[in-house]
Amino acid sequence: MPTVLVDGQEVEIDADERLNCIEVARRAGVEIPHYCWHPGLSVVASCRMCLIQAGTRNAETGDVSMVPKLVPGCQTPAKDGTVIVTNSEVVRQSRARVEEALLIDHPIDCPICDKAGECLLQDYHFEHGQSERRADIHPFSSRRRDVGPTVTLFVDRCIMCTRCVRFTREVSGTAELMVSARGAKEEIDTFPGFPLDNKLSGNVVDLCPVGALGDKDFLYQQRVWFLKKTENVCGGCATGCSIVTEHNQDTVYRLKPRENQHVNKWWMCDEGRYGWHHLHDATRIVEVSHRNHTHWNTVEWTSALGQLTKDLHDAGRLAVAVSPMLTIEEAWMLCAVARAIDPDAYLAMGHVPSTDHDESFPGGFTIRREKSPNRIGIEMILSMFNALTENSTVPEWKEFLEQIRTEAVQSAWVTAGYPTPETSWCDEETAAVFDNMNCLVVQDLFRSPLSKRATWCLPASGFAERHGTWVNCGHRAQTFEQAIRPPAGVWPEGRVFWSLLGRQGLYDPESIRETIAKNSVGFAALSGDMPSLGVDLRLQQVTGT
Amino acid sequence: MKPSDTFQPVLLEAAGIQDGFSIKSYRSRGGYAPLEKLLVEKKPAEVVDLVKSSGLRGRGGAGFMTGLKWTFLPKDHPGPIYLCVNADESEPGTFNNRILMEEDPHQVLEGIIISAYATRASTAYIYLRYEYPKSWDALQKAIDEAYEAGLLGDNIQGSGFSLDIYLHRGAAAYICGEETGLIESLEGKRAWPRIKPPFPAIEGVFRKPTVVNNIETMACVAQIARRGIEWFRSIGIPADPDNPRDPGSYGPKLYCLSGHVEKPGCYEAPLGITARELINRFGGGVWKGRRVKAVIPGGISMGLMTEDELDTPLDFTGPGTVGCLGLGTAAVVVIDDTVSIVDFLHNSCRFFAHESCGQCTPCREGTNWSLRMLERIRAGKGRLRDLDLLAEIGDTMGMMPGSTICGLADGAAWPIKNSITKFRDEFENYIKQTNPTGYMETDPVPALPIVTTH
Repeated sequence: MPTVLVDGQEVEIDADERLNCIEVARRAGVEIPHYCWHPGLSVVASCRMCLIQAGTRNAETGDVSMVPKLVPGCQTPAKDGTVIVTNSEVVRQSRARVEEALLIDHPIDCPICDKAGECLLQDYHFEHGQSERRADIHPFSSRRRDVGPTVTLFVDRCIMCTRCVRFTREVSGTAELMVSARGAKEEIDTFPGFPLDNKLSGNVVDLCPVGALGDKDFLYQQRVWFLKKTENVCGGCATGCSIVTEHNQDTVYRLKPRENQHVNKWWMCDEGRYGWHHLHDATRIVEVSHRNHTHWNTVEWTSALGQLTKDLHDAGRLAVAVSPMLTIEEAWMLCAVARAIDPDAYLAMGHVPSTDHDESFPGGFTIRREKSPNRIGIEMILSMFNALTENSTVPEWKEFLEQIRTEAVQSAWVTAGYPTPETSWCDEETAAVFDNMNCLVVQDLFRSPLSKRATWCLPASGFAERHGTWVNCGHRAQTFEQAIRPPAGVWPEGRVFWSLLGRQGLYDPESIRETIAKNSVGFAALSGDMPSLGVDLRLQQVTGT
Repeated sequence: MKPSDTFQPVLLEAAGIQDGFSIKSYRSRGGYAPLEKLLVEKKPAEVVDLVKSSGLRGRGGAGFMTGLKWTFLPKDHPGPIYLCVNADESEPGTFNNRILMEEDPHQVLEGIIISAYATRASTAYIYLRYEYPKSWDALQKAIDEAYEAGLLGDNIQGSGFSLDIYLHRGAAAYICGEETGLIESLEGKRAWPRIKPPFPAIEGVFRKPTVVNNIETMACVAQIARRGIEWFRSIGIPADPDNPRDPGSYGPKLYCLSGHVEKPGCYEAPLGITARELINRFGGGVWKGRRVKAVIPGGISMGLMTEDELDTPLDFTGPGTVGCLGLGTAAVVVIDDTVSIVDFLHNSCRFFAHESCGQCTPCREGTNWSLRMLERIRAGKGRLRDLDLLAEIGDTMGMMPGSTICGLADGAAWPIKNSITKFRDEFENYIKQTNPTGYMETDPVPALPIVTTH
C-alpha cells in the first residue's frame, strides 16, 4: 500500500487513489489552510496559502530528499514515498505572509460583514496570521455591486481565489463571472448585460471563502453564530440533495448543500436553496377545520382525530392518495391507518408535480423534472400494501381521480403538502370531481379548490418540519431529522398517523422504519442506524440476495 | 586582443544594407540555401542533435538549452505539435527582437522553418508584441514572400514537410511574454500563467505539445544551420569544466544598450563581453562624461550591478555571480551618478505592480505593497523600517522561494533586493533627510493615495 509521510506520521492510501497533499494531510488530521483549492473545481494554485515543504523518501535507503523550495499542497500529488512537512518554521512564516498580504487591501469590516463567524480569512488569520499590521492603513471602504438577481459582490473583501469564476465556467457552464483589470486592481465582475443569472448561482456564495459574495436572500438576516444546523434533505425535486438547514428559534434562515458524492456532490440549485420561504408563509393552514355544509368549525386535534375516523368509517369505501412529499414512515402509517378504517381501502400515489424535462449541468448536477422528493419511496410502500400481480403497477393520481369520478369509492383522504402558496396544485376542475364524496379529508399546507370541498381540512408540515426517510430518483434512501417545529397548531403528519394508529408516546420514526425494513426486502437496508449520506436501496438489494 | 575585437556581426549582417529585409537580399547573402539542403539531407532528429550539440541556449531570458527543450516533446506523437515563437518583447530596455524582425525577418523565418522541421510542428505561431506595428508589417511581408517562394505552405520544396505560420498580435501585457501566459493569451484567454507540470512540451497550445522559443533563438538556429556547430562554439564562453551544471554560453548575442550612454543601440557581440567593454567600445562611454552608478545587466528584472561589478562577463552565469538574477534579455541599461536609486526602484516597482497579472497572492500584493512604500518614501514619509520590509518582500516573493507560479515576481523582487543591499546607504540617507522627524517610526501609518499611475 502506498504510504505518505505527513509531519512524520505515516498515512496509507489506496493504490488507485489520486490525492493531493491537502487531502492526504487531512487523513492524518493535519489541516493545510487553503483558499483557491476546492475538490469540485480545477486546480489553479494561486492563493499560495497551502504552501508546504514536500519531498520523497527513497523506499530502499529511507533517505528523504526535499524539494528546495515551497510547493503548493493542492497541486502536489501525494504518491508512495511522498514526504509532507506542514509545521516547519518556513511554512509557518509563508502562511503568515500570505495572510498579511491578503489583508493589505482587505477592508477588515468584520463587524458588518455577513461572513464573519464562518470566514476562512478570519479563521486562518487567527490561526496562521501575525498580530501586528506592518502595511500602511487603508481607509475603510465596502464597495458593493450586484452581480445578479441572487448575488451581490462586496468588491474590496475579495481575495481573488477565483472559485466563483471557475464554478460558473466548469459546473454551471454559464461563465458569467470573470476577472477584470490586473494586479492589485483586479476585481470579479460580470460582462455588462450578462448578470450572474443561472439556476446554480447561489453556490458561488457557498464557495466564497470570504465575505465578498453575499446571498441577497440571507444578507443581514442573521449572524451566523446564532444559526443551528440540522442535516436535512431538500424536497424540491427528485434529486433529493443533501442539505443543511440553518435555523434559529424555529425560523429557517438559509439552506446550504452538504457534500454527498452520490447525490449532489457539493452543490444545490437555487430553486431548492430559496425554496424554504413557504414554511413561514402567512397563509399556511395551521388548524384543523371541519366543514358543515358551508360553515367551518375549528376543532381541537384530540377530538378531531376520533371524529374523523368515525366519519371515514361510516362513509363507505375509502380511497387514499399518498403524497410523494411524505416520508416512507409517514406513508406506511397512513396506509396502515387506512386499512384499519377500511380493509378494502384503495391506496394510490398522490399528485406528482413535474415540469417538462430534467436540467443537467456540465459539472454533473441535475435538476429533475419531478418536483417531489419521494415518489419511488411511496411506490415501494404502496406495493407493500397493494398485493400487486405480476404486471400491475402502483395506481397513480390519474387512476385515483378515475376511482372518484366513477364513484367506486365514497370517501377520500388526500395528502398533499406541496410548497406552492401562490399557485394551487389542484385546479377547480380537478377538485370538482370530489363533489359527491361522503367524506373528504384534505391534508395540505395551503388552501386550494380541493380544501374548500373537504369535510376535514388538516394542516400538513413542510420539509424541515418532518423527520423520516425519503428515497430519491436514484433509489438512495436518506434519513433526516426535524430541523424546526411546525407553527403552533400544526401536528406533523407523523404525529397524526401515530395517534390514529393508537401508538403510545411520541412519534418514533425509527421504530416505524425498523418495521418497514423487516417487512420488505426492498427496504431491508433501512434497518439500524442510517449513514448520513444515505444508502442505495438497489445496491443493498443486489448484495443482500 | 579580446575575442570581441575580431568579431563580425552575423545576426545583424542585414542591418544597414539596402532592402536587407527582402527575400532577394537574404538569398544573396546565402539565406534559405541551408534550409533547402537540410530538408533533403537531414532527418528531424538530426536537426535536433545539431542544435543540441551547438550548445545554443534560449535567448528569451531564462537561457534554457534549446535542443534539450525540443527533446522533451513526446516521441511518436500523432500531432499536431505547435511551435510558438515569442516576440512579445516587453522587458524594459529590450529591443533586439524588434531589430531582427524589422531588419532581417527572413533570417527569423528560416530559423522558424528549421525549428518546426526539427520538432515536426506543422503550425507555427508568432506571438507579436502589440506595440510593434512595423515588425508586424515586416514579418507579414516576409511570410507572404516565403509562401510565394514555396518556403512555406504544403510540401515545402518537395520535401513532404508542410508548415503554416500565423502572426498573432498580443494586446500589450508584460505577462504575455511568460511562456504559459503567452499560450493562454494565444488561446484567447486571460494571460494567467499556467501551473507546471504539465510543461508546454507535453501540454501547451490547445492542450497539444508545444515548443516556445524566442525570436533571437530562431535567428541563431538559422545561423547554426548556415555556419555549423564549429563556428557557433568558437564564439562565447565555454562551459566551466569544474561545474557539471554549466552548459557554457556559446554564440553571438544581441546586446541592447540604452540609458546614459553616448550611443545607445542594439549591438552584436560574442556572449561574455563585459558591461564596461560594451559601454566604452560600442556605447561611446557614459554620456556627458559622467560616471556609471549602476548598470542593469539584462532588462530591469535582472537587478542591478554597481560600478565595481562592471567587469563581470555578461554571459548566462556572469551576472549571477554578483547577485543579479541572470543575463535575461541582455538589455544593458546604464544609470549615471546623477540618478537617485530611490527613483529607479520606484519606477521599477511601479512597472511590476502595474504588470503583475494578479493571480498569485504574494506577487499581486507584494508588488503593490512595495510600490506603496516607495510612493511614501518619495513623498518624504519614509521610515527605516520600510527598507527591512522591502528586503523581506524581495527575499520571499517569486518562483525561487516557491511563492508564485511564474517568474514575474522574481523579476520584481531582484531590483528591490539588489537596490536595498547594494545601495542601502543611499536609501537611509534619503529617508533621514526627507523625513527627519519620523524616520525611526515603526507603527503603521495611513496609506497615501498612489499618484503616479501608468
